[in-house]
Amino acid sequence: MRRLAPLVALLALGGCHGQQAVLGGGGRDDALFGGLWQIFLIVTIVFYLVVLAGLTWAVLRRREGGEAVVRTTFYIWVGVVSLTLVGLSIASWLVDRTMNRAAHTGLTVEITAHQWWWDVRYISPGHPDQTLRTSNELHLPVGVPVQVILNSADVIHSFWIPNISGKQDLIPGRNNDIVITPTRVGIYRSQCAEYCGLQHAHMAFDVTIEPLATFQQWWGDGLLPARAPATPEQKAGYAYVTTRECATCHNISGTPATGKVAPDLTHFASRATIGAGTFPMNRGHLYAWLADPQRAKPGNKMPEIGLEPDQLHAVAAYLESLK
Amino acid sequence: MPSPCRASLLIVALLAGGCDQMRNDPRGHPLPETPPLVSTVLSPVRADPRAADYQNNAFQVSNGQLYYHWMNCTGCHSEGGGGIGPSLMDVNWRYGSTMEDVVQSISNGRPNGMPAFGGKMTAAQIWQTAAYVRSLSQHVPQSIRSGRSEGLSVGEPSTLRDPHPYRAVTPKQDEATVK
Amino acid sequence: MTDLDPDLARDGPELTGEELHRRLTLAWRRPAGLYGWLSSTDHKEIGKRYIVTAFGFFLVAGVLALVMRTQLARPESGLITADRYNQIFTMHGTTMMFLFAVPVMEAVAIYVIPLMLGTRNMAFARLNAFSFWMYLFGGIMLWVAFALNVGPDAGWFAYTPLSGPEFSPGKRVDIWAQMITFTEVAGLAAAVVMATTILKQRAPGMTLAKMPLFAWSMLVVALMIIFALPAVALDSGMLISDRLVGTHFFNPYERGDALLWQHLFWFFGHPEVYIIFLPATGFISEMTATFSRRPVFAYPAVVLSLIATGLLAFGLWVHHMFATGLPRMGYAFYTAASMTVAIPTGIQIFCWVATIWLGRPVYRVPMLWVIGFIVTFVIGGLTGVMLASVPLDLQLHDTYFVVAHFHYVLIGGAVFPLLGATTYWFPKFTGRLMSEAWGKVAFALVFCGFHLTFFPMHITGMMGMPRRVYTYPAGMGWDTLNLISSIGAFILAAGFATFIVNALVCLRKGRVAGPDPWDAAGLEWATSSPPPVFNFPHIPAVASRTPLWDEGEGLPVMTGLRVDEREHLTTTVIEAIPSVREPSPHPTIWPLLSAIAIGVTFVASIFTPWALVVGLVPSAIALAIWFWPKNPTVPPEPTIE
Repeated sequence: MRRLAPLVALLALGGCHGQQAVLGGGGRDDALFGGLWQIFLIVTIVFYLVVLAGLTWAVLRRREGGEAVVRTTFYIWVGVVSLTLVGLSIASWLVDRTMNRAAHTGLTVEITAHQWWWDVRYISPGHPDQTLRTSNELHLPVGVPVQVILNSADVIHSFWIPNISGKQDLIPGRNNDIVITPTRVGIYRSQCAEYCGLQHAHMAFDVTIEPLATFQQWWGDGLLPARAPATPEQKAGYAYVTTRECATCHNISGTPATGKVAPDLTHFASRATIGAGTFPMNRGHLYAWLADPQRAKPGNKMPEIGLEPDQLHAVAAYLESLK
Repeated sequence: MPSPCRASLLIVALLAGGCDQMRNDPRGHPLPETPPLVSTVLSPVRADPRAADYQNNAFQVSNGQLYYHWMNCTGCHSEGGGGIGPSLMDVNWRYGSTMEDVVQSISNGRPNGMPAFGGKMTAAQIWQTAAYVRSLSQHVPQSIRSGRSEGLSVGEPSTLRDPHPYRAVTPKQDEATVK
Repeated sequence: MTDLDPDLARDGPELTGEELHRRLTLAWRRPAGLYGWLSSTDHKEIGKRYIVTAFGFFLVAGVLALVMRTQLARPESGLITADRYNQIFTMHGTTMMFLFAVPVMEAVAIYVIPLMLGTRNMAFARLNAFSFWMYLFGGIMLWVAFALNVGPDAGWFAYTPLSGPEFSPGKRVDIWAQMITFTEVAGLAAAVVMATTILKQRAPGMTLAKMPLFAWSMLVVALMIIFALPAVALDSGMLISDRLVGTHFFNPYERGDALLWQHLFWFFGHPEVYIIFLPATGFISEMTATFSRRPVFAYPAVVLSLIATGLLAFGLWVHHMFATGLPRMGYAFYTAASMTVAIPTGIQIFCWVATIWLGRPVYRVPMLWVIGFIVTFVIGGLTGVMLASVPLDLQLHDTYFVVAHFHYVLIGGAVFPLLGATTYWFPKFTGRLMSEAWGKVAFALVFCGFHLTFFPMHITGMMGMPRRVYTYPAGMGWDTLNLISSIGAFILAAGFATFIVNALVCLRKGRVAGPDPWDAAGLEWATSSPPPVFNFPHIPAVASRTPLWDEGEGLPVMTGLRVDEREHLTTTVIEAIPSVREPSPHPTIWPLLSAIAIGVTFVASIFTPWALVVGLVPSAIALAIWFWPKNPTVPPEPTIE
């Protein structure tokens, strides 16, 4: 019980910052959330202290009797509790209404969740040839309301960027969407928030919020086809990737690899993580992933390929070049 | 051995063994060296120790179902009823119905249009798909098969169908049956 | 005025004392030995079996929790594979919710309620026995499956499409769904028995307005069970049908709806948590009254709060689905309802604190658990108020904040009262008292361990840690908090172990207790500890809410029940005016055999549909023999005036 006091102070000061924290302050909704949270926190702490005080007094009291006082207090208590709850309900409803006020969105992103990765398509209204498909990462321009359309290819997942807004489920057969407005530049982390099977724990992605110009530059770069291999090792890797198992499932724009069922690899090396947030993107982890994806993320849908050492070097070299 | 001892040994054995049908061990166990499958149609295929692992495990068959759709087997075989390709659900088998036969069919292809997936799918994926194909005609235990997929309805649920006998046919006989 | 047959022996001024005891024991005892034990219809034996079994499940599910906490103590720990962990958290939740929390409350009620109401046995005593066997077989099926690696792994809530045929291959979820069938049958049977006993078998003069608060809470709970359990039974039946028969209830591609599962499940699931909580409030009311030396303040307010909670509980379920994309205006209704349900609970808390304030409290171990309950449960209730708000819930849903919330309300709000009630009624069950000193040690360990485990989870959740993850990455800021939680879990486990050991040791070595060691007011304390097999030699009559405090030694009784045949008294529903004498069933093996036949049918039916056809035969035979009218040896008596 005593331990509450410093923690309350910590919470009230918004001490729960972090890459994936709820009080992150990276979105328009987040500010509203923070305010509502503080109201609820203070009210609930006050009520808790009142109950504790009453209990302490009752435990320590030495006299008997006093029914009339108790009866009056009872009515006051019921009244106060009821009015407070009404107030909290209204506050909650007002915040919810504000959060859901139809915003004129400047961008539409369509996310399809799979077991256990994310497929992201950026849609430019009126320009279907400008649709950009990436996987396992999200780039958004700061200050622009974004409509995120949420689909699921298999089971129920949940889209949640704690720093920016609340979550929304991706349910097969339902058309869900969420409007989010990032308000602060930075890199945040998002994680699937509905149990979706074996590797639910490893279904995350990084969210990069950047100025509009940078975002548009990124989008333009993303539309370019994959970089051609330069060194002999990369060419060997290219040969393997586009003719063997990789091409059956993965897509690399501008190459014969046009698989549709696995994450897009066109600009793979520019991503921050491998395997939907399982590993950071670096050479060592890339080798680990290619050599045995089942060790890193057991049960995920990418099988162990059984690459020979020189094939492993070649494929890794090629994939690293896909910036 | 006195009977309480025997009973408890049996229980311990059961518990230690677990139920292989539900073992979800994505990396499999180390496989003994097996020679590659021979690529002629009519030569007999040697029994492979991997067969039991794949066809008696619910997760392997389930993965096979996934790859069946991902690799567009439905393009020719639809959901097992066949179309351009022969039916995978009936009693007629042109090239053998054992796991090893089906794996060879998928890996090396067959005449009359079955492509070779040998370099395009890993060995494990092919075994899993073969297990699923065999489940379409109820050659794997009923407790492993799934009743239906989460998609459009494609006929009677697998769990309600009875196991089919095996009948070897030539391609011409098979097509004649269909017509 | 109908004359009673003078040749039949009845209790009364002529037949009392030792001779009465001897003859009643002859009439009410069961055969000795294993066969007699298996065929018992005595509510006390059934209650004890239920309690021991439920605590057994509590312990094994608790061990699973320790395994989970060990895995989560460090980031990216490779202790347990993902598959195993998913089975473990599913089994932990399923066992705790279906095999422990509700059954243990029913168990204590099955033992205590007839004593509290002043009757000899429960209504439908054979159905009572049947309910226990069905529960036991369902639990055994589930745990044997888990030992064989066929344990369910889709969560205790088994959302579709994850739990559907494509994404949960094999028999795992089928086992889970069939376990639901077992526990649903057991729960409904027990609820029917409970409601009938409370409404129709109270002591003469115990009007509804004089009924103990624990009896009120069990009455409300029994009615809630009857309305809530069919929803999950339907849900699991539809799931089995989808998985095995190929129907499309939850298949959106064939005009089913994946969300239908969630609606039906939570329509059951939310009342379920109140089904767990309300009996605990009954425990608290009883213990607070006894140890404050006065009846609970504002009895009518507490009763109305129980009823209001029971009704409101059915209107809250969508607060589990705020993230699913249903219409926002609808959500506002559920927010309001979820907030409203805090009002009756708040009233009850006030009444208990007022009782302590107004009384002369004595701080024996059960009272410590009451204090621990108030301190802990209120935190859980307040975080529940936070989660009722849609904007807050959309951030906190499916994070460790929710895990913290529900453990605060379930452990703080149900397990703490349960442990207090076990200590409180232990002398009545066994005739011996639990050790006060070790009880205090257990309380301290449990209380400190609990807060150390679960308070940090509020913060972990706010820092973004989702639920149901078998591991988490390092460097998120969650490492230390998880380690603290894991250490706390082991302290909590030590506390529970201390409690259990205390109970087991004191079974043999505890201080012998008289009929009323706590100087309490209820009728259960008017008979010996443990009670004789027939509960009361004469049926007591009451004129107040606290009979033993008001009547003292001279508790009035009603005489006239037969002593050489099993008979109990049925009274009217509201005023408890005696109306009919009912025969009570003799020990019989047929509830057990029916449960075996039906249980085997259920288990086999998930492997082949023929099991339903084949299993129908032995089930029908067993049930027919059970229900076959038995000729009473004496013609039935007319109504007493």
